Amino acid sequence: MTLRETPLNAWHRAHGASMTDFGGWDMPVSYGPIAEEHHAVRKAAGLFDISHMGQVWVRGDKALAFLQYVTSNDVAKLDDGRMQYSLLPAEDGGLWDDIIVTRVSAIEYYVVVNASNAPADVAWLKSKASAFGVEIDWRETEAMFALQGPQAQTILQGLVSAPLNTLRYYHLRADTLLGTPVLISRSGYTGEDGFEISLPPARAAQLWEALMQAGKPMGLLPVGLGARNTLRLEMAYALFGHEITRTSNPLEAGLGWVTKLDKGDFVGRTAIVAAKEKGLTRRLVGFELVDRGVARDGYAVVDASGATIGHVASGAPSPSLANKCIGLAYVPVAQAAIGSELLIDVRGRSLKALVVKTPFVPSHVLKN
Amino acid sequence: MPSPNDRKYTTSHEWIQVSGDNAVVGLTEYAVHAIKDIVFLELPDTGKVLESMKPFGVIESVKAVFDLNTPLGGTVSEVNGALLNDFDPLAKDPYVKGWLIKLSGVNGGLTHLLDSVAYDKHCAEDAH
Repeated sequence: MTLRETPLNAWHRAHGASMTDFGGWDMPVSYGPIAEEHHAVRKAAGLFDISHMGQVWVRGDKALAFLQYVTSNDVAKLDDGRMQYSLLPAEDGGLWDDIIVTRVSAIEYYVVVNASNAPADVAWLKSKASAFGVEIDWRETEAMFALQGPQAQTILQGLVSAPLNTLRYYHLRADTLLGTPVLISRSGYTGEDGFEISLPPARAAQLWEALMQAGKPMGLLPVGLGARNTLRLEMAYALFGHEITRTSNPLEAGLGWVTKLDKGDFVGRTAIVAAKEKGLTRRLVGFELVDRGVARDGYAVVDASGATIGHVASGAPSPSLANKCIGLAYVPVAQAAIGSELLIDVRGRSLKALVVKTPFVPSHVLKN
Repeated sequence: MPSPNDRKYTTSHEWIQVSGDNAVVGLTEYAVHAIKDIVFLELPDTGKVLESMKPFGVIESVKAVFDLNTPLGGTVSEVNGALLNDFDPLAKDPYVKGWLIKLSGVNGGLTHLLDSVAYDKHCAEDAH
């Protein structure tokens, strides 16, 4: 299969990025050492090409009723311009995807979905849309950047019209970036203050370059998927395909806060309630490896006899914690308490780990 | 830059410099650059007897795990333990300060190993 390319593909290659197939897209892993890109975001700023994300508009008089039915969070809580982290449950209580829903107006919502799931998500949404008479408009080629880090606002402010200090966390608004109409939200996947910018693909290369130039004096670096992963893991943010999958229960994944069982009926609610009443058997926990080593995605959590009792959903050395190995793992409920000791099979050796509080490093998003 | 011609190489990117019964083993500059972000290194204890072309340790990047294979068999006589806490010498000077282990009682011929010209050719093909 031919990989899909974002409008920045040539730029990434020209700047020495190592590239990988990510959900069918040819995406940069990193341009230099991953740790440098990670630290740039924590200490200055980083620019991410996230044009692979699926951007879908839902329009119609019954857009709210439709989204209440197909997503897990309570969409009625949104005012114009407010965003909400949510899930797309399947009938069996598993998950199609994790998403962000933004209310543009009472009859128009903007939904961002994961790249690899976008075709299936859109097919799913369309299959449910006709009963509500809503239009599902997937703009497949729309571009998107994330500008993240303590310097993000200073860098972006020079290039946009409206004062960014009035844009609150998890809010979105239309603005112009060097004259080009864009959507700007204060949101991201790093735990730092920052913005996500949706823009027309024809302007992507020029605006990317302008942001890079504006940010260079402040330490801005382009950042690939390698650091995107370590940054989100330090915040214990879920990544689809790892912490949550088609067979995940959102309550086990610690996503009860976006699963509003009392908002009325929605797809998957019956199955999720049934699983809750039966009693959850496993939980997603944060861990730190005590022994030296790296516990990677998919490694088994074992008991003293070596029998598998769980698995590592995501594991990596944390650049912010001097490369101490951190991760998220599914473990039996009895071992999910903070301070519980775990054993993780790292290529034949049982290494000790401790269940710890998350996030692993403090969040710097501007909650207000 | 061409690899140094005073040693032999494996296709899995280790180098070995043999003098008599003793040898020094390390990782090539090509490998160090490919791994890019070294986050973990595991080396054997001294006294361990190693078999030719078998793993003796592990190096990990943020993204992946790689076995370290010894080009020749022998007994581990010295380990560059300082690297376990500071990967810099390995990342910046893999042919001198970044050596990994020293072997005594080295056994076996060199015919399965590459000279620097053949190794560089291997890397050039590997890069495609």
